[in-house]
Amino acid sequence: MPLTKDIHLDRQPPDLKAYESGGGYEGLRKALRSMTPAEIVEEVKASNLKGRGGAGFPTGVKWSFMPKDAAGPKYLVANADEMEPGTFKDRFLLEGNPHQLLEGMMIAAYAMQVNVAYVFLRGEYKRAAQTISRAIAELYAAQYLGKDIVGSGYSLEIRLHLSAGRYMCGEETGLLNALEGKRANPRAKPPFPPVSGLWGKPTTVNNVETLCNVPHIISNGATWFKGLSRSKDGGTKLYGASGKVRRPGLWELPMGVTVREILEEHAGGMREGLRFRGLLPGGASTDFLTEEHLDVPMDFTEVQKAGSRMGTGTMIVLDDRTCPVGMLWNLEHFFAQESCGWCTPCWSGLGWIERILNAMEEGRGEPGDIEKLTFQTKFLAPGNTFCALAPGAAEPLQSGLKYFRDDFERHIREKRCPWRSM
Amino acid sequence: MLSPEEQREIEAELPHYPTKQAVSIDAMKIVQKHRGWVSDEALEDIGKFLGMSTSDLDGVATFYNLIFRKPVGRHVVYICDSVSCWIMGATSISDRLTARCGARLGESTADGRFTLLPIVCLGACDHAPVMMVDDDLHLDLEPAKAEDILDRYK
Repeated sequence: MPLTKDIHLDRQPPDLKAYESGGGYEGLRKALRSMTPAEIVEEVKASNLKGRGGAGFPTGVKWSFMPKDAAGPKYLVANADEMEPGTFKDRFLLEGNPHQLLEGMMIAAYAMQVNVAYVFLRGEYKRAAQTISRAIAELYAAQYLGKDIVGSGYSLEIRLHLSAGRYMCGEETGLLNALEGKRANPRAKPPFPPVSGLWGKPTTVNNVETLCNVPHIISNGATWFKGLSRSKDGGTKLYGASGKVRRPGLWELPMGVTVREILEEHAGGMREGLRFRGLLPGGASTDFLTEEHLDVPMDFTEVQKAGSRMGTGTMIVLDDRTCPVGMLWNLEHFFAQESCGWCTPCWSGLGWIERILNAMEEGRGEPGDIEKLTFQTKFLAPGNTFCALAPGAAEPLQSGLKYFRDDFERHIREKRCPWRSM
Repeated sequence: MLSPEEQREIEAELPHYPTKQAVSIDAMKIVQKHRGWVSDEALEDIGKFLGMSTSDLDGVATFYNLIFRKPVGRHVVYICDSVSCWIMGATSISDRLTARCGARLGESTADGRFTLLPIVCLGACDHAPVMMVDDDLHLDLEPAKAEDILDRYK
């Protein structure tokens, strides 16, 4: 499994020498010495690598949107602002093998002829800040960064930027505003970042896991990469499970293994005495899947067909002794708190939702509340807001109302949370 | 006044960005590293240094939860309250720590030793519930264990 083979979190991550002795920077050398930027973009397109931040947009296609002959600077940003609740995959890659990310960034930057790149890292990831800044310093010392990299005539600067909190910074255009030293409100799209991004210049933002795949694609080719997968989406995927399963954890597996395989074989099924009720397949902003979906392959297309999204691929499992209404209150509290306040449906709607769910949990739910919540999920649907925060917040709620409706009704009828006395 | 050291550290950031404003968040974090928080006076000094109005800079400061516009204790305790930790009992952790400290989330202890804050997902969900004290992540918490951990921070 390419992404995690050199990762052992109980030790220091591989330094430059150790990384190179394991074949590291061969992809970069190959790219710089024997491939044109256009050939790299084509190879990544052919690999069917899709964005691992959650949206699943084809990476090579995204890169091809960057103008080839624009005057002035262009930028690449590695989005290391992992803050989707229930997601813990990028931290593993950042702490475990920083050079893998940096090599991916260097190849991506060369393919798009970018000369300045940033790692946008959330401020709480202290260990990752150390591993990344050490690795960048090693690269400058070895003249792998700066001017005329390994005699290729190509120049690249990479800078680590430590953020200061807020979920909104993970949203592509919110991130750009944060990097410009502003509030992380989203921007209107179009124009999209490849046309007008950082400081109005062409910019591409890629997720950490996405970029970590790039050196392996260039070293081994698109056909090899597609062969790692059990689905049409290329490669492997870092899958995870949290909640009351026997063995919560993170595993690199072929793209397209089923939900059941992750839940039962890798996470060991539910803890003793607990039954499975449902799961969010890829972070807080994905729709619930239930028993009937356990044989769905975890890839971007199939999970969508089942009515959810694969998102980040790290699932949050709900058991039968945890209140689904309470879980949704927790989720919507998060989204309401993290709303940047820019669009009315989001700041106003999420506040309403949180208050209604809170009231239900405290025994103050009223007839009509379910209808109000249902209305709000439609009010927050895509197209009504600048960014995906509010539509993302609606996903667990709309599916929760569908699959756990009895639980909502019981809260209102009994005027209490039935789980609180358990 | 910004200290010479603060000025040096902020200046070292400037060449990496095409505008001075881009450094505003870094600048506030640098000042906070030295003083624990960003006071009104500090905000004014940073604004002057970067050519930004104090109100513009405060607009940025108040957006980000890791920039403190009020004094904090010697140690900041960040208790994760996101969904995986919630399922695994995060509420029992924050209940125990707020009771022990005699301070609610968002407040500091009377002796100035701890500030307790909720924090969103810390990306360690397979070891939930978790908290961070200053720069250290603490995993697989139970209420008694969380309390013992606080004892280590004097």
